[in-house]
Amino acid sequence: MSLFEARGLACRRAGRLVFDQLEFALEPGDGLILRGPNGSGKSSLLRLLAGLLRPSAGELRWAGGAFRADDPEHRARLHFVGHLDAGKANLTVRENLAFLAGLLGFAELREAALERFDLVALAELPVRYLSAGQKRRLALARLELAPRPLWLLDEPAVGLDATNRLHLEGLIADHRAAGGLCIVATHGDVSLPDALVLDFGGAAA
Amino acid sequence: MHRYANPLRFQRIADALLPWIAVALLVLTPIGLYQALVLAPPDYQQGEAARIMYVHVPAAWLATFTYALIAVASAIALVWRHPLAEVAARAAAPVGAAFTAIALITGSVWGKPMWGTWWVWDARLTSVLILFFLYLGYIALHDAFEDPARGARAASILALVGAVNLPIIKFSVDWWNTLHQPSSILRLDGPTIAPSMLWPLLTMVLVFKLYLALVLILRMRGQLAERRIHNLRASGAGG
Amino acid sequence: MIRSLLALLHRDLRLAFRHGAETLLGAIFFALALALFPLGVGASADILARIGAGVIWVLALFAVLLTLERLYQSDYEDGSLELMVLAPVPLELLVFGKCLAHWLTSGLLLVVMSPLLALLMSLPAEAYWVLPAALLLGTPTLTLIGSIGAALLVGSRRGSALTALLVLPLYIPVLIFGVSAVDGYLLGLGGGAQLTILGAMLLFALALAPPATAAALRVALE
Repeated sequence: MSLFEARGLACRRAGRLVFDQLEFALEPGDGLILRGPNGSGKSSLLRLLAGLLRPSAGELRWAGGAFRADDPEHRARLHFVGHLDAGKANLTVRENLAFLAGLLGFAELREAALERFDLVALAELPVRYLSAGQKRRLALARLELAPRPLWLLDEPAVGLDATNRLHLEGLIADHRAAGGLCIVATHGDVSLPDALVLDFGGAAA
Repeated sequence: MHRYANPLRFQRIADALLPWIAVALLVLTPIGLYQALVLAPPDYQQGEAARIMYVHVPAAWLATFTYALIAVASAIALVWRHPLAEVAARAAAPVGAAFTAIALITGSVWGKPMWGTWWVWDARLTSVLILFFLYLGYIALHDAFEDPARGARAASILALVGAVNLPIIKFSVDWWNTLHQPSSILRLDGPTIAPSMLWPLLTMVLVFKLYLALVLILRMRGQLAERRIHNLRASGAGG
Repeated sequence: MIRSLLALLHRDLRLAFRHGAETLLGAIFFALALALFPLGVGASADILARIGAGVIWVLALFAVLLTLERLYQSDYEDGSLELMVLAPVPLELLVFGKCLAHWLTSGLLLVVMSPLLALLMSLPAEAYWVLPAALLLGTPTLTLIGSIGAALLVGSRRGSALTALLVLPLYIPVLIFGVSAVDGYLLGLGGGAQLTILGAMLLFALALAPPATAAALRVALE
């Protein structure tokens, strides 16, 4: 019995079959890389695993139990970082993170969340002054806000410089070492050692 | 599986029903019109002008009925994600809007001899006018998105919200009307009407219903074909 | 759960405060548009007092409508909406928080301003408390119903004109009973029943609007 399993998943968007008969089984500490050209369904799969999309067929299982992706219990065990950075332009970095921490149910913002991606110096700056890479760091800092076993990351390293890419890889490695799962859609700019690979190349595109 | 099986079955049933509905419509329309325009007696108060009732009342009834139909279909579409229900709701909307427009226009034409003016803020007419706007909103929302599936689902939610609000709106408008215009001349509440006028009316209602069924089936067939083309294109472009 | 709600409320109020002029737009419109009426229909106190309650309510409808677009669209565009949908609390609760923040920064302003507007429309002294009371019960309903419309149109090509078409027909009952409550008191007929109905509508909207909005937002993110 695996921790997180997908069986026969299919996704249909605007009448088009994006993918079909998709399967994976992940054990604690596993990484899964989603690879493939743009529009091949990587983002759709991540959104589906997060519960934002409903699969048109197939099922998901957590620790052996089938669940619906929009199950609130499922939402409480995942972090999702999509294409959008979700930073409010008129709030400072700290205010943005404090809001997210509150949304997740925490009274206090952990300073570690600011430290990991060198956001301490930027903490009091409104997000509208940040560069694309800095906004990305703010989005990723969310991963430090609360421990969640399942991370769903969509092109997380876009716009990151080499140092912060290393920070990200370190963060993912720590997460996996602690038994967490990490599913990443990437064009190869993040490396996950010993990760499984799901290739979308030409499957539907 | 049911995604494909059902439209096919619908197609078979629709093909079988269509000729019968068409024949019934062809037979009943002249009968209904003859009853309404010739056989039925003129109203003792309103004279020949009251004959417009045989168009106005069925149109107004069907306008409400069609909205209810859309709401039920939308609920089915949202809960069970039944593709056919979405198609049916979308297909019914313009027909319902047309019925509403007919009810408004005939109401206004009828109002001229009765009230001496084309428009009076009578409770009934006001409610129908609001219903007309609800139809327009539904149709506009349907077409407001690049992804037709998104438009269809948003419109389904709107149809349900509208259906829940419709009785409240009706109640408010009736209440408002008693406040501002205590005497309403239009009284068409079923049982008080003479049988000689009731039968033509019921025939005309049936004619309107058959027309709705006919147009609904034709439009649904058209939309299913359109969807199929869209799907073929999408998978063709993708693969 | 309450913490998530408070965090959202806090954030939205802070944003509304920082946006300043944009937040006040509805209230400014409310006062400005009202000033057009004496110019249009003549400044005779009789006429103004006769149409005053109706005019103020219609303008309140439009003022709330004007501010609806900012309710979910920016959260959708920057990705915050995804996080709200994915938060481990019911989306309905967060929708309630959004509506509360919206009302505090739009409807409540109208309530506070309304005695002044009653004065400008030559309404009798009784209007100074009836009008705010009716608006206090009515404007939250306007926000809640508007929230459904705003959520349905999130990400649409044509925003605001369509919002009006979707939302205004649903505003009619609030308008009817709101005006009638005020006029009832001003004419000495009493309007307690109408105020009760406005309150009932608010309760109904509180029960119905958050789930409908949440459903619409989930559709928007699919």
